[in-house]
Amino acid sequence: MFVPGNNPAMMQDAFIYGPDSIMLDLEDSVTMAEKDAARLLVHHALKTIDYGNTEMVVRINPLNTPYGKKDVEAVIKAGVHVIRMPKTETADEIRELEAEIEKVETELGCLGRTQIMAAIESTLGVINAYDIATASKRMMGIALGAEDYSANLKTQRTPEGMELLLARQTIVVAARAAGIDALDTVYSNLNDMETFRKEVELIKSLGFDGKSIINPRQIEVVNEVFAPKEKEIQKSLTILAAIKEAEKRGSGVIAVNGKMVDRPVVIRAQRTIDLAIASGILTKEDIA
Amino acid sequence: MSTLVERKDLIAAAAAQMGKQVYKGAEDAKNPLPRKELHQDGGKVTTLEDAIKQTGLKDGMTISFHHHFRGGDKVVNMVVAKLAEMGFKNLHLAASSLSDVHEPLIEHIKNGVVTKISTSGLRGKLANEISHGLMEEPVTFRSHGGRGSAIATGDMHIDVAFLGASSCDPMGNACGYSRSENAKSICGSLGYALPDAQYADKVVILTDDLVAYPNTPNSISERNVDHVVVVDSVGDSSKISSGAIRDTKNPRDILLAKQAAKVIINSGYFKEGFSIQTGSGGASLAAVKYIRQSMIDQSIKASFALGGITAHMVKMHEEGLIERLIDVQSFDKVAAESLKCDPMHKEVSANEYASADEPGSATHCLDMVILSALEVDVNFNVNVLVGSDGIIRGAIGGHPDTAADSALSIIVCPLLRGRIPCVVDEVTTLITPGSTVDVVVTEYGIAVNPSRPDLKERLVKAGLPIVEIASLRDKAQSIIGHPAALPFGDKVVGVVMNRDGSVMDVIKNIKG
Repeated sequence: MFVPGNNPAMMQDAFIYGPDSIMLDLEDSVTMAEKDAARLLVHHALKTIDYGNTEMVVRINPLNTPYGKKDVEAVIKAGVHVIRMPKTETADEIRELEAEIEKVETELGCLGRTQIMAAIESTLGVINAYDIATASKRMMGIALGAEDYSANLKTQRTPEGMELLLARQTIVVAARAAGIDALDTVYSNLNDMETFRKEVELIKSLGFDGKSIINPRQIEVVNEVFAPKEKEIQKSLTILAAIKEAEKRGSGVIAVNGKMVDRPVVIRAQRTIDLAIASGILTKEDIA
Repeated sequence: MSTLVERKDLIAAAAAQMGKQVYKGAEDAKNPLPRKELHQDGGKVTTLEDAIKQTGLKDGMTISFHHHFRGGDKVVNMVVAKLAEMGFKNLHLAASSLSDVHEPLIEHIKNGVVTKISTSGLRGKLANEISHGLMEEPVTFRSHGGRGSAIATGDMHIDVAFLGASSCDPMGNACGYSRSENAKSICGSLGYALPDAQYADKVVILTDDLVAYPNTPNSISERNVDHVVVVDSVGDSSKISSGAIRDTKNPRDILLAKQAAKVIINSGYFKEGFSIQTGSGGASLAAVKYIRQSMIDQSIKASFALGGITAHMVKMHEEGLIERLIDVQSFDKVAAESLKCDPMHKEVSANEYASADEPGSATHCLDMVILSALEVDVNFNVNVLVGSDGIIRGAIGGHPDTAADSALSIIVCPLLRGRIPCVVDEVTTLITPGSTVDVVVTEYGIAVNPSRPDLKERLVKAGLPIVEIASLRDKAQSIIGHPAALPFGDKVVGVVMNRDGSVMDVIKNIKG
């Protein structure tokens, strides 16, 4: 969930709605005049507020602006989990960010703690998606930023989203090939929950791991769409239990209800259970 | 055969035995005028100034008003301006509530026209000035049920009631809506005006739609009305859902509403024939929307919804989910229209609604109530009247009445409002005693009164995030620190009455 880095009330409240990840923004939602104040605010929010198990991301300003490097330093010092690099076009930009992160982490004695998410917001970025996704071992995900991308493509967004299809599929394929997460862009019309739901259904079927949102009211829809159905969960639990049993026996091959279960089936079952936990249907205790 | 003349002695004897006079025949000849003309000219219909003169109102007396038009009310300002013009001083203004729109009272207080106020609440500049010590005599605050009781028992005697009505006939039959083509306003229930109409020495109805007799069905009967005054407008109906009433899109209110709905559904009281009331805060109003689906899924119907009635309640009534609506105050135009048209939507007086002395009052039959709060403390005491800045900014309403009488009272309150903590060590002003509060719902967890282990067990079992109330206070303090003490002065600007007529707390003036 995107939260402006210059709004204390929103930063304070954001995690109560139960998003999986909160992205405090220092880039587009903060005016030039407020960049320093917002950086300070985000730093203190990360240090003071107990966000529980929520993954904390900060979108920094690009490194070629006067703010980017200061942002990196401030948020790592505050213990951020993930830095989101905006408008990423090449793998070199990621490597430059990585070097910057390492410098700060070495100073703090916490080398390797901070992960990177890259936002791909241009045609060049889409072309380079796989290189970006594999540019650093810190890479945890790539995300589509559709507004800038559509402008760059010389088109505009439509409810059907055909203009984004190639970018979306490229990002999912690159993320899968790199073994990291693929995250979809925001949908900003809060009064049209129906189109929003359709978009979430579309990106789920394309293979995305999640959807960026701008308001807590969107959380419920994303969770509902991504939540696995009861039947799927039961089936997955049975498969995983059978796997555990087989591992105990030292057997590599298992069968559930007379059908052989191979590796892709197990991976899908594990993903179903992960989603069930993320959607709040199951708890980790239920699995253990 | 016996004639009247022959029975004369027997009639006289019967009269003597009964201590009565013998009938001497009618003194006045019958008036042959058509009745409409008769009552239009020589009857109760008059100007405001004449009505005031005829009531015999004197300096120092008590005048009363209702607040059914809330932010759109025009009667209080109109009448008090006239009283000022006529030179009245030292009046006690006893309104069922006052709001931002009553700012002109500040001048009347400064000029000595009004020297005492009794109300359920105060808002806006008037509240701000009074909080800073504008009045010599403290304002008396009562709950709606407490006010009804005080009027009925004579604890608060009303000399003249000035009651706005959306329709009234020349005999004084009045209500909060109109069936005529000239209808100008609608406020629905006149529940808070009914004790005034019943018990005041003199009653003046102000109406913007004088309709033909008989204005039936009506809320206020001609029996209780002395004068009828026609005015341009008694209130702006578009503002009856302003002020306290909000239909929320605020995600935090929605979260709180959903949690409150879960508390209700898992409380043990959510079963066929249950009854419910919601307060006027955004979250408590929205909670109704979220229990609706569960009512449908589990085939559960409510026997009645009480109190401030909203469009949501009306919709659920029309869907067959709520059998009856009991309405002391219509919270929006949809509710007001429903009261006008639907016989199962019943208007009740403040006394029938929530009087502490009348065991038959509706709150005694209430299962659940969802209420909001400005502050809750670690002993579950609630403040809905005075802000954390020491300035009066709310109304008691039916809060303590419903909390005390219902089987389950749920307070919905954000832990933090900006930089203000709402779960605190001790409330700024005690309005609803903690012994009557069962559950406090915040966005950071739900606290159950230790006096309700049964309820706690059910809610824990349902997987709700149950926490100790002290941990909520600690959480608030950990985020925003410990607020500095408020700079109160030594003057008492308000007295809070309990609904039983005892004094519960006082409000001191705030400095700066």
